[in-house]
Amino acid sequence: MATHPITLTVNGSQRQGQVEPRRLLVHYLRDELGLTGTHIGCETSQCGACTVILNGQAVKSCTVFAVQADGGQVMTIEGLAQDGQLHPIQEGFWEEHGLQCGFCTPGMILSTYDLLLKNPDPSEQEIRHALHGNLCRCTGYQHIVKSVQYAANKMKGAPAVAD
Amino acid sequence: MVYMRQVGARVKRKEDPRLITGSSNYVDDFNPRGVGHLGILRSVYAHAKINGIDTSAAKAHPGVIAVFTGADVPELDRPMPHGEGETAGGQKGMVGIVTAPLATDRVRHVGQAIAAVVAEDRYIARDALDLIVVDYEPLDAVIDIEEAVKDGAPQLYDEVPNNTAYTWTRKRGEVDAAFAEAEVTVTQRMNNQRLAAISLETRGVLAQPDPLSGGLTVYTSTQNPHSVRAEIARTLGLSEIEIRVVAPEVGGGFGAKISSYPEEMIVAALARKLNRPVKWIETRSEHLLATHHGRGQINEISLAAKRDGTITGLRMRCLADLGAYPRDASVPPLTGMLMSGVYGYQNVDIEIRGVYTNTMATGAYRGAGRPEAAYYVERIMDVLAAELGIDPVEVRRKNFIPPDAFPYKTPTGPTYDSGDYNKPLDKALAAADYQGQRAEQRQLRAQGRYRGIGVVTFTEICGFGPFDSASVRVEPSGKVTVATGISPHGQGQETTFAQMVADELGVSMDDVIVVHGDTARTPAGKGTMGSRGLVVGGSALFKTLGQIKEKATKIAAHLLEASPEDIEFREGKFGVKGAPDRTKTLVDIAAAAYSGSLPDEIGTGLEATDFFAPPGTTFPFGADVVTVEVNPETGEVALLRYVAIDDCGRVISPLLVDGQVHGGLTQGIAQALFEEVVYDEQGQLVTGTLMDYAVPKPEYVPMFENDRTETPSPHNPLGAKGIGELATIGSTPAVVNAVVDALAPFGIRHLDMPLRPQRIWQAIQDAQAKAPAAAD
Repeated sequence: MATHPITLTVNGSQRQGQVEPRRLLVHYLRDELGLTGTHIGCETSQCGACTVILNGQAVKSCTVFAVQADGGQVMTIEGLAQDGQLHPIQEGFWEEHGLQCGFCTPGMILSTYDLLLKNPDPSEQEIRHALHGNLCRCTGYQHIVKSVQYAANKMKGAPAVAD
Repeated sequence: MVYMRQVGARVKRKEDPRLITGSSNYVDDFNPRGVGHLGILRSVYAHAKINGIDTSAAKAHPGVIAVFTGADVPELDRPMPHGEGETAGGQKGMVGIVTAPLATDRVRHVGQAIAAVVAEDRYIARDALDLIVVDYEPLDAVIDIEEAVKDGAPQLYDEVPNNTAYTWTRKRGEVDAAFAEAEVTVTQRMNNQRLAAISLETRGVLAQPDPLSGGLTVYTSTQNPHSVRAEIARTLGLSEIEIRVVAPEVGGGFGAKISSYPEEMIVAALARKLNRPVKWIETRSEHLLATHHGRGQINEISLAAKRDGTITGLRMRCLADLGAYPRDASVPPLTGMLMSGVYGYQNVDIEIRGVYTNTMATGAYRGAGRPEAAYYVERIMDVLAAELGIDPVEVRRKNFIPPDAFPYKTPTGPTYDSGDYNKPLDKALAAADYQGQRAEQRQLRAQGRYRGIGVVTFTEICGFGPFDSASVRVEPSGKVTVATGISPHGQGQETTFAQMVADELGVSMDDVIVVHGDTARTPAGKGTMGSRGLVVGGSALFKTLGQIKEKATKIAAHLLEASPEDIEFREGKFGVKGAPDRTKTLVDIAAAAYSGSLPDEIGTGLEATDFFAPPGTTFPFGADVVTVEVNPETGEVALLRYVAIDDCGRVISPLLVDGQVHGGLTQGIAQALFEEVVYDEQGQLVTGTLMDYAVPKPEYVPMFENDRTETPSPHNPLGAKGIGELATIGSTPAVVNAVVDALAPFGIRHLDMPLRPQRIWQAIQDAQAKAPAAAD
C-alpha cells in the first residue's frame, strides 16, 4: 500500500515518518515512535485510553489517522512531566489514589489537562461531565474526581487539601 | 526521626509513578525484533460443522508469514484443559468436555477460534483474515438456558443430554414441612444477566523463544501466571521449567483473566513453530466475543416464613448458563453454597443445573457466584418484607446469625469464620439517617414523587487456598526485595506489602521492592483472584517476615553480645530489653549477615521463602443503604446517595480499601442498572462493542459514603478477610431493592435487571393498566 510522508511535533521534538493512509495516529505513536504510554482500550472511541493532545485539544488517537495529524503538535503522557517534575495533574492522581490498574490513566490525565485549560475551577459535576469519554473500570471514578480537584487547586496556586 | 507505623496509614502507592508517566509496560508495549502479529479467524455461526477451511489466498497475501488451522498444528488440535481442576471446568461429576484451541470440525459459539494468521504487521494480519474461506454447515443453535434443557432442543454434545452438564443439589433440614406449615410463603423468579468483564486492557499474549531454557518466555495479560505456565507446558508437551510466564502490567482482570485461554496456547505454539516472537492483542470486539462472561443465571426462589418475619425454609431452582464449553463450571455451585447469606435458616433445598448453550463460556467475574447468591437472598428478603408489611431492616435483623454463633456451620455448606452483622448495619443506618429518610420518603410519596431506599446485609466467601507464597531477601545494603506468588493487577500489593515489610523489619517503604507476576522470579503461587491477595499472599509474606526476624534477632544478639531471648523488636530496631541505647537496625544486621564472619550456628545471608496454606476461608460482610428516585415519566433512576459499610477484617491500607470499595460498588451498580451481554436467537452477539455494552461513565455514579467495621478473621495471621469483591456483591441487590421500593406505590414487587429506563417505564405502564388508581 502507498505511503505518505508526515511530519509531527511530538512532545516538543519534530518527528518524520512514512505511513499508510489507513494507519491510525495511536499506532503511529505506539509502534513507530515507541510512545507506548498511550493505550488502546476499545477502537470505537468510547473508552478514551488513547487520548492525546493534538493542536491543543484532547482527541482520541484511535479515531484519527496519522496523516490527518500531519503538521500538527502532539502531546502524549510521556510529554507531560517537565524536567523530571510531575505535572500537578499527575501529582493529583498519585496523591488521591486516582488509579488502580493504570491502563485508563494516561487518557484520564490528558482529558483532565484539556478540561483544566478550559475550566480551571470545575465543579464535581463538570469534572464528571468532562471525563464522560474516558472509562475507568477500577476506581468507580470517586478518587479520579478528587485527583482532578487536587490538580485544579494546585494549578490555581491554592493549597491542595488531601483528606 | 519519629517512628511511624505504616500498616493502617494512608500511604501513596508505590506503583503509581511509572503508571502516571506512561513509562511502564503492558503486553502490547513490548515489540521484540522480528515479532509476528497474530490475528484469529473466529466463527461467525453459533453452531456449525466445518467442512473445509481454505487458507491459500491468505497465505499468498504479501506480508503474511504463515497461516495455521488446527490441522496444521497437532498441539492446537488436542483437547485443552479448561480451568485449573483435573475435572473439566473444575466441577465434580461433570462429563469431561474439552475443546481444542483451534476448532477443526465443529464450532459451538460465535467467536470460537478457527484459524490464525501471523503477519509482519497487525493491519496485514487483519487483511489476511478476510481472505480465509470457511465452508460452514450451519446447525440449529440454542441460546436460551430454559430452552436448552427442554427435550428436543439442539444438543451441543451428544454425550450431554438436555445440555445439562451437571446438577448441584443441597438439601438440609425439613424443607417440605417448612413450606407446608408456613404462615406465609413467597416465590419470585429472578434473572442474573450475563455481564462482560471489560478490563480496560483487553487480553494479549506475546511469546518468544527463550535460548536459556530452549522453550519460551510468554508475556500474557493474566491474573495467574503460574497456572498459565503449567497449561502451556502441558499443551506443548514441555516441562514447566521450559516455560517462563510473565504478567507485566496488567490492565485489570476482574476474574476474566484467571484461567488460561486458547489464545495463550495458539500464540505459544506458533512462536515455537515459527521460531520467532509472536504477539496477539485482543480487540475490544474480540473481548466481548471470546473473553468469558460472568453471571448468566435464571432462578426461582421461595421462602417459607412466620408472620413475624422469621424465615423457616428456602428453596431454589436455578439454571446456570455455562456457555458452549466449560471454563469455570465451579462458579454456579458457589451461588448455592452462599445461599445462607447472613441468616440462620436451617431448612434449605437448592438445585442448580449447569447448562450448555451456543454462546461464549461463562466463568469468574468479580464475585463469581457470590453476587448471584447475595442478589437472590437480598431480593427475596425484600419480597418477603413487602408481603408481611414489615420494614426490610427488621426482617433482616430477625434472621441474623447471632454474633456468638461463630464459627458458624451453614446448612448450605461453608463454615463462616467470624461475623457480627448488626455492627455494619447499625453504622449504615445511622450514617444514612434511615428513619429520617423513610419519613422524607413518605412526604415525597404524598407529593407523587418516587423515592426508594434499598437496604442489604451480605457476606461472601474468599481467601481460597490452596496456598500462596513469599520470598524475602534482605540485600547486603539492608534494602528488601520481596517476591510474591500472587499476581496483582491494580490491587496495589506492591504498596500494601511494603507497608508490612516496613513495620516488621524497620525499613522505609522506599527501601522495599515487591516483585510479582513472573514465574522465573517468584515462588510458586496461585495468582490474584477471589479477594485472596492480602488474605493468602499477605499472610505468606507475614510468615516469611517472621523467619527473617528470627534470624535478624540472632544476628542482633550476636552483634550486641546478648542472648537472643533478650532481644526485642521495638520502634523498627532490634534492641536489648531494658537497654534503650543498645540497638541494631536492619542495615547493621544485613551488613553482618553478608560479612561471612557470623558463627556457623547463625550462618551467612538473610533471606527466606515461606508458604501459607489457609486453614479455612474468610467471610467479609457488610451493609449498604441506597437512596434512589425514579422519574415515572421516563423511567430514569437517579442514584442520590450510597452508604456502604464493609467489614473486611483488619485493614492494612485504608486508602486502597476505599478504592476497592468504590470500584466494586460501581460494578455492582452497573449490573443493577446498565450492563447486559445480549445474544439474539441465532446466537449473534448484539453487544459487540462498547457502543452497545453500557459500562458506567463518571456521571452515572455518585460520591460514595463508605466506612468500615473491623471484625478480624481467625483464619490468617493478619486477621484480614478480603475486599476485592465485597462491594460488588452488596451493591447489585441494594440498588434493585431501592428501585423496587421506589415503585412500591405501583404495586411492583420485583423487576429483572438491568433496570434501564425502558424496563421501568414499561413496568409502570403495565401496573397502571392493571390498576389505574393504584399510583394516584
